[in-house]
Amino acid sequence: MNYKGVWTIAEAAGGEIKSVSYELLNRGRKLADKLGSELISVLITNNVNNKTAEELILRGADKVYLINAPELENFIVENYSNILINLIEKYKPEIILSAATRAGRTLMPHIATRINAGLTADCTELDIEEKTGNLLQTRPAIGGNIMATIKTPDHRPEMATVRPKSTKPAPINESRKGKGKIMNIEFDSSLFDGRVERIAFEKNKDENVNIQAADIVVSGGRGLQKKENFALIKELADHLGGVVGASRETVDRGWISYPHQVGLSGKTVTPKLYIAVGISGAIQHLAGMKTSDTIIAINKDPEAPIFKVADFGIIGDLFEVIPELNESLKKEVE
Amino acid sequence: MNIVIPIKQVPETSNVKMDEETGTMVREGVESIINPLDLYGIEIGIQLKEKHGGKITVITMGPPSAEKALREAIAMGCDDGILISGKEFAGSDTWATSYTIAKSIKKIGNFDLILAGERATDGDTGQVGPGIASFLDIPLLTYVSNIKKVTDNSIIVERLIEEGYETSKAPLPALLTLVKEISFPRLPTLRGKQKAKKIDINFWSSKNMKLDDKKLGLKGSPTRVVKIYHPKVTRNGKFVKAENEDSLVKAVDQLVKFLRIKGVM
Repeated sequence: MNYKGVWTIAEAAGGEIKSVSYELLNRGRKLADKLGSELISVLITNNVNNKTAEELILRGADKVYLINAPELENFIVENYSNILINLIEKYKPEIILSAATRAGRTLMPHIATRINAGLTADCTELDIEEKTGNLLQTRPAIGGNIMATIKTPDHRPEMATVRPKSTKPAPINESRKGKGKIMNIEFDSSLFDGRVERIAFEKNKDENVNIQAADIVVSGGRGLQKKENFALIKELADHLGGVVGASRETVDRGWISYPHQVGLSGKTVTPKLYIAVGISGAIQHLAGMKTSDTIIAINKDPEAPIFKVADFGIIGDLFEVIPELNESLKKEVE
Repeated sequence: MNIVIPIKQVPETSNVKMDEETGTMVREGVESIINPLDLYGIEIGIQLKEKHGGKITVITMGPPSAEKALREAIAMGCDDGILISGKEFAGSDTWATSYTIAKSIKKIGNFDLILAGERATDGDTGQVGPGIASFLDIPLLTYVSNIKKVTDNSIIVERLIEEGYETSKAPLPALLTLVKEISFPRLPTLRGKQKAKKIDINFWSSKNMKLDDKKLGLKGSPTRVVKIYHPKVTRNGKFVKAENEDSLVKAVDQLVKFLRIKGVM
């Protein structure tokens, strides 16, 4: 099969490259080095100049395919899919990685379907099989109860979405300056689909709602007893520079909005630190947070399943523990 | 308005048991349910039918026992059920599943809207909804949290993305994948249950759908599962009790120390 090179699909908003793009470079660089092939970052966007795109080179890409157009300002899957399929058919990459963001998880199956490629969702580990050079894609399934390793033996490209925060962003390496090449790709305007139109956008008022991008998530559960008590969680999150998460039950009771929900019917998060306060740890909740680097649980029930996945736990009344903790952290800062 | 709702039967997640030796899921004795995230599609489908009239066809691919899931959906208020079943479909990955469901929807023919769940709670891929839209070449709107307006030939929806809520407009037919925020699924009614008991479910195979067997099941699936294992969950956690003022202060001190070691402070 005449497919070569590892591609990462970078993401940008408002002319700025998002940091998940650099996480993908970290993954992609290792795979490309093992295969002895090039690492190429593809950025479909609007108003990203070569100087900004250079950062992709400094963080590991050998080449950047940069596609700018006003029609590509917002992610509309049909447009992005058409353009990428056009590029894939032209350059025939062996591997394509995208972040398992809402855009990535929409775009990748749209493409894989049309080019008859294998696609694996939300991978947390990637490697190259020594004998065959196949991409080994490992991902949690069944609510994180099992890990499955998947490969695509006979189809190319091999495609995967990668769980955000499951690896660190590749660091800037100044010695790579001028080592890579940014290619501004021209394309035919017939690739614009034009059926779907974005007519409005309401940005999150509460900055803290993008819980998947946060390094620290402090979540509250039913133990909070009422809506107002989320203020304790908010204060704790603020002291630590984190964001507020929530269990399903608190969302269903209307104590906090759905975008905060962690778990099977909410979001999966992989922060450096996850603090579960008054959350018993139903399997559906654990599925959304158990791959966090460090987990702290505060709950008065010593039998609560959340303690089984915790690195540190306080068995006690959250209404005593959290105010005391907030007080200590306040002093710590002072 | 004619609506098609692809659903999946999944094991009830809270009861998943693993065979420690083989690393596979023990399916015996585990109840199968409609994928909880598919219930939002069913609910919204019924709401749209109540408002605009029309018909809801619910469709699934699976073993003959998946008929139960279709009857449950009909008990909630869907009209028709199609079960795609046969050995030739066994081992389908998301590519082969999307292909098969897309073909079946093409066979149904006259549809305005396809409503899919965000993902299934067992496979957790979220790839089949987008895959179906791509095969059918109809507009795809994922992570829909609100349907703002529906006309005869267009739809306006709100999508919940990382940065906020995006409002998009698409011509019909279109495929939407829905998130939990969109609604609260209703329970089946007694009348619905009676209707569901009597109704004939349509069984479709690759033969009566005139499908190319090479594109079905394991044969048609680009991906292969090579290994399944249990993730390590034991973290050897350290636990302290906060029972009185004294132990409370100590516990919080230790927690702050722990945070410092972890480099959080």
